[in-house]
Amino acid sequence: MTTTVQRPPAPASLRRGLLRLAAAVTTPLLPDDYLDLVAPLRAGADLRGRIVEVHPETPDAATVVIQPGRDWQGHRPGQYVRLGVDVNGVRQWRAYSLTSAPAGRQDPITITVKAVPDGLVSNHLVRHAQPGTIVQLDQAQGDFVLPATPPARVLLVTAGSGITPVMGMLRSGALAGADVTLVHSAPSAADVIFGAALRDLAAAGALRLVERHTRDDGQLSLADLAALVPDHLERETWACGPAGLLDALTAHWTAAGRGERLHTERFRPTIISPGEGGTVTFGRSGVTVAADGSTPLLEAGEAAGVLMPSGCRMGICYGCVLPLRQGAVRDLRNGSLTTAVPGDGVLVQTCVSAAAGPCDLDH
Amino acid sequence: MTVMQRKPVNPIAHLTAEDIEVIGKELDAIRDRVLADLGERDARYIRRLIRTQRRLELGSRAVLLFSLFPPAWIIGTAGLSIAKILENMEIGHNILHGQWDWMRDPKIHSTTWEWDHVSPAEQWKHSHNELHHRYTNVIGKDNDLGYGIMRVDEDQRWHPLHLGQPLWNLVNACFFEYGIAAYDLELGRNLKKGRHRDPAFRARARAVGRKIRRQVLKDYVLHPLLSGPSFLSTLAATFTANLVRNLWSHSVIMCGHFPEGVETFEKTSIEGETRGEWYLRQMLGSANISGSRLLHIMSGNLSHQIEHHLFPDLPSNRYREVVPEVRALFDRYGLKYTTGSLPRQVFSAWKKVIRLSLPNRRPRDHASNRSAPALRASGA
Repeated sequence: MTTTVQRPPAPASLRRGLLRLAAAVTTPLLPDDYLDLVAPLRAGADLRGRIVEVHPETPDAATVVIQPGRDWQGHRPGQYVRLGVDVNGVRQWRAYSLTSAPAGRQDPITITVKAVPDGLVSNHLVRHAQPGTIVQLDQAQGDFVLPATPPARVLLVTAGSGITPVMGMLRSGALAGADVTLVHSAPSAADVIFGAALRDLAAAGALRLVERHTRDDGQLSLADLAALVPDHLERETWACGPAGLLDALTAHWTAAGRGERLHTERFRPTIISPGEGGTVTFGRSGVTVAADGSTPLLEAGEAAGVLMPSGCRMGICYGCVLPLRQGAVRDLRNGSLTTAVPGDGVLVQTCVSAAAGPCDLDH
Repeated sequence: MTVMQRKPVNPIAHLTAEDIEVIGKELDAIRDRVLADLGERDARYIRRLIRTQRRLELGSRAVLLFSLFPPAWIIGTAGLSIAKILENMEIGHNILHGQWDWMRDPKIHSTTWEWDHVSPAEQWKHSHNELHHRYTNVIGKDNDLGYGIMRVDEDQRWHPLHLGQPLWNLVNACFFEYGIAAYDLELGRNLKKGRHRDPAFRARARAVGRKIRRQVLKDYVLHPLLSGPSFLSTLAATFTANLVRNLWSHSVIMCGHFPEGVETFEKTSIEGETRGEWYLRQMLGSANISGSRLLHIMSGNLSHQIEHHLFPDLPSNRYREVVPEVRALFDRYGLKYTTGSLPRQVFSAWKKVIRLSLPNRRPRDHASNRSAPALRASGA
């Protein structure tokens, strides 16, 4: 005779049951709302981080050391993280390149921020951020990364804060042993973020460093680059900096038939052509506003008090994407038109899309 | 209180149309000034308040686990009552108004907030924000005038059922949150018109049912069960805390629009209303409660009902600060700023509920004044 032993309930369902019970005890709040009071960085919480330290790099740039929450999954060098910071009481999301080498999941991460004129968040982080402050985080993202097997010959072209993702790569040690040339532009020697560290790396023979101080030497041109690095087209290249520089590099590499060797990271959208504008309806929020053809839907929504998802505000992170139920929007970066008829629900990036006629967003 | 347009002395007769628009512009300017100044300090205020409320609620409920001991019962019940009042008034009501949406914090946002109340936030926002605040004190439009069960204005038609309204009001006060849920559902009207089969109504009724079940399960089953041997005394404690919260919020809210001195308006008076006229209606249709800082916080700053009705989406901590400017404006334009202590205003509101349970003494000749021009100035 066989007897069957009652199987113990699966731990997963027991856990679910307990969570439901806890939620019934705390309704209308969630147990998380109470746990957040004491352990905002715990596993299972919304991903957050605590600022551990802020140290200046240059007169207008600083590195922010952040202890991420328990659910942080780590990053690959060159990736960025979306950061939600409360500036003057208002939650602002921005994307910043990670400048620390990948380490254990519980180790602090760093971002390095350059205060740009009128930059709400960058100025706040560089000048006012206080250790102990809780910030909101997302998992690391971005495909501006090194391949699993780093190439033997590498060119890095950076300008200003464009050095930040590259610094993450250099610190990771992934390029150790490779023939690395870094061409970096900054107004002066004192403005070079990580200047001392880069010069140390160069002195140690880890890379060839070409500093271009634009105040004395002028803007870096393609001719300059060709003269400085004659074999640049033979090198796997990662470039990060202002749109003008990246556009020129892309054109040059593409013309030479080496487009696949160039990897770029853009920090800001290039606005080419404005749409024509129109009324924007945020269906579920019950808000309709008139927006002109140069105002991103994100800003139009925020100005009307709609709680808009947002991220980098430059069209790279897709944190602001919303379904366009119907209507037309124009991409502010390249003028391309996206249209949707009812049922389509095309996802559009609200931070770089403007109304090109009436549009109805599912939000 | 009589519809303003039918009063022998119209309180705005001395204002010209230009005056009214200037008043509107001045109020807009106050609003813009506060909006431009919102920042860190305000965010700290609401976050600290929410933190305090949660700690108080958690602490009180923990104490109530031992509610068999009378001191624990008293402390726990008092703490929970205060926590529930804070949650509904200064936190819930104001967040659901969108007063804190500017922070863009999804955890403190009118679209995501749910409150410790049997009326689901979504339904309350509709009946309160969209209807009451838009049609404030317009007879036949603003159901807050007596909540559809009472007569609080001479110009509301008397019905024999109103004889019982002092009792209805008392019962409503004790179970105020259920009264609000029924009111947000427009239960009476929907049942009377046979709309109980209407799918939209049924969906909303189901949502209320779910919310009631969750609230009851928490307050009257789970927390008492967690208290073990203190089951019954914890049950009594949570019931008492809900009762205290209901009585308190009912009293505060009665003081907002029912006391003597508050004006009501004809339905036709709001046709084509300008922004200035809307502001004026809010100024004359609301009453404040004077008192300490604590009273203001416990009332959810509805003690600044006038300022709240002028600027329903400004953060409540700012009402106190704009009072001098708002009052100066009332004075400058010879308008009555209705305010009084809590006992005085509660007494005044109850007096009216009792007085108007009987028909008017002198029937009015409504026809003679029917065409009275609304909120518009005499010279307009």
